[in-house]
Amino acid sequence: MATEAKAHELIVSVSPHVRGDETVARIMWTVNLSLLPAFLMSVYYFGPLAAFVTGLCILAAVLSEHIYQTSLKKKSTIGDGSAFLTGLLLGLNLPPSVPFYIPIIGSAIAIIITKLLFGGLGYNVFNPALIGRAFLLISFPKLMTIWSEPTAQFVAMDAKTAATPLGILKEEGLAKLIEVFGDKTDLYMSLLMGNRAGSLGETSVIALLIGAALLLYRGYITWHIPFSFIATVGVMAWAFGGQGGLFTGDPLIHLLSGGLILGAFFMATDYVTCPSIRKGQIIFGIGCGAITMMIRLKGGFPEGVMFAILLMNCFAPLIDRGVKSKMFGAVKVNKEQKK
Amino acid sequence: MSKSATFERGIHPKYQKELAAGKSVTHANLPQRIVVPVSQHIGAPAKPEVNIGDEVKRGQVIGSTTGFVSSPVHSSISGKVTAIADFPTSVGRMVQSIVIESDGKDEAVSFTEHPDYMNLSADEIKAIIKDAGIVGMGGAAFPTNVKLSPPKEKTIDTVIINGAECEPYLTADHRLMVEHPREVIEGLKIIMKSLGVKEGHIGIEENKPDAIKAMESAVSGESNIKVWPLEIKYPQGAEKMLIKAVKGREVPSKGLPMDVGVVVQNVGTALAVYEAVRFGKPLIERVITVTGNGIKEPKNMMVRIGTLMSDVIEQCGGLVDGAVKVISGGPMMGFAQWTLDVPVVKGTSGILVLAEDEYVSSDQYSACIRCGSCIDVCPMGLNPSILSIYAEKGFYEDAKANNLFDCFECGSCAYVCPAKRPMVQFIRLAKSQVKP
Repeated sequence: MATEAKAHELIVSVSPHVRGDETVARIMWTVNLSLLPAFLMSVYYFGPLAAFVTGLCILAAVLSEHIYQTSLKKKSTIGDGSAFLTGLLLGLNLPPSVPFYIPIIGSAIAIIITKLLFGGLGYNVFNPALIGRAFLLISFPKLMTIWSEPTAQFVAMDAKTAATPLGILKEEGLAKLIEVFGDKTDLYMSLLMGNRAGSLGETSVIALLIGAALLLYRGYITWHIPFSFIATVGVMAWAFGGQGGLFTGDPLIHLLSGGLILGAFFMATDYVTCPSIRKGQIIFGIGCGAITMMIRLKGGFPEGVMFAILLMNCFAPLIDRGVKSKMFGAVKVNKEQKK
Repeated sequence: MSKSATFERGIHPKYQKELAAGKSVTHANLPQRIVVPVSQHIGAPAKPEVNIGDEVKRGQVIGSTTGFVSSPVHSSISGKVTAIADFPTSVGRMVQSIVIESDGKDEAVSFTEHPDYMNLSADEIKAIIKDAGIVGMGGAAFPTNVKLSPPKEKTIDTVIINGAECEPYLTADHRLMVEHPREVIEGLKIIMKSLGVKEGHIGIEENKPDAIKAMESAVSGESNIKVWPLEIKYPQGAEKMLIKAVKGREVPSKGLPMDVGVVVQNVGTALAVYEAVRFGKPLIERVITVTGNGIKEPKNMMVRIGTLMSDVIEQCGGLVDGAVKVISGGPMMGFAQWTLDVPVVKGTSGILVLAEDEYVSSDQYSACIRCGSCIDVCPMGLNPSILSIYAEKGFYEDAKANNLFDCFECGSCAYVCPAKRPMVQFIRLAKSQVKP
């Protein structure tokens, strides 16, 4: 019609025509950043070996994804930061003194078997890093349970081995655990700062909380899973964890030791493998906490966070199906008419 | 007011209202040619009442109603009918349209004035509104007289004027409230009279303080009309959200506002009602916002219905280099245009031109990572994530079972999605594949 030919090529697509700034890559890289304090503390306590183990995990994870995808002529998705995150989380979940092939095998299992064979990011059923770790724990039970003493020195390449607090608690009881650390206050302080034997990134509660605060502030995670998870562990530790009968346990020791804080804030909250509806997330968190404490108190392992999260991962789709968010207008007409 | 009224969930997009908010409404040039689609509303299309070669005047009926839910169309200029054929419209469909070439005289038919309009009966008011071709001017274009004629068993006790204008960029309703607050209130009073309702409300988002002030002073003498500052949140202006914010009532699933005793009318519609009832003026022009970084001079303009978008854009200095998308309506729910030779119709609230830096491509999207962001923002409390996945995989019945048809396609889910999934597109696909 009347208009002269326009030089503009107009794009036609369905609304909305504007989008928010959030991207998958931005979220994943922020989570990576939030784990930096825990990583730094692991290097502080366990020496350069910690950086080597974690770095190798990341490298192996990113390479596994890249090689798998390019060899299948798919677009490599390593830029989205999720393979990096899987490697980082696996590294932070390993003992300090594992031989070099452990990180490589664990990362390959995590990325290729757990994530890519299921269809890639968004389709995996289980948390990749935790499957990697579970595989390693079952295949190399000895290597995966040699814990080093935190030396807080960068020279200690061959540190003395030591038991984890939960290990001592399980084998020798609370009195022995307190004796090892001096007194109760020293024990709590050591657990808070991370000055104890354990997986690389799980020990420093304070560093983990700094990272968790960043994620909560950005809205990338909400309180639902971590709070219900941690609260359940606390209540069950208090109720069933004592030697003097019901409600004599020390919840703080259970809250500050093992992989609880790392698991509750950074692993159980993995979007893909947890329920997406907030109400369901509370159920998920309670389930994680209950299974963790059952394993810690009655199971064969001193620590149960990993298996608890993996078991609850199976239930995530079921929970999402069973729980519905409150729908607008799902009310009777006459009830509302009154107001 | 301690806390501003609002609804649950929703999003906070970049509003970009400052591009046009301060610009007074100017009259567009008299168009040389208009294209008037016979269907600009929801319901049966109008039937052309003129033939090629006929002379018509401004305000003359050129298409008449063909059913209860229908609306007549009028010529917005004087001139000669040169074609009656299918033309593209802003919603993407081809619609039978009447083309009129202007004679430049802009002669009008005589309009019946009612200086004593508050003495008219409800039926008289509704008849005038129907004959004036007034439809909802917020975008949906539902015939107004039908909205004002609820079935007998529905008791209406409240009328709400929608001045939320929650769509980013758009400022047309804002300018109307600042420049014509009295007329909007008179329109509201006429609507209330036609429904026999005693209670009137006006909801305005707080990002329009001058509009709130103007409306508040306009209602100072009216004890039964209240102005509500609303939280700045999208989609505050969606009918159901507005009723929830102002009256605390939830329109039931699959229901209509009248199920909770409420009729909602847009600011522009209220003004059109006043002008029709008081001066006998049919709906032949409306205010639109021409805005976005892709247009040289953003403006609020009074435009004759049927004026081509290309004509309006030219009067705003044209497109800038790097303009990539022209949208009829707002950025959240508007329609992208493939040609600019489509007419401004009764439901056109704006022409938005996005420049490259405002535009986000949606052709690169990835799998849903189940972050739940969309669930947190869906004003209807749906699970857009699962709806989009069902639609993507072709499980349309499952989508339906998850309340697919409660979605009104506000686009909040797509706005927040970090995987940039085309949520609304998936949902529309599913809706087209199953019966409600």
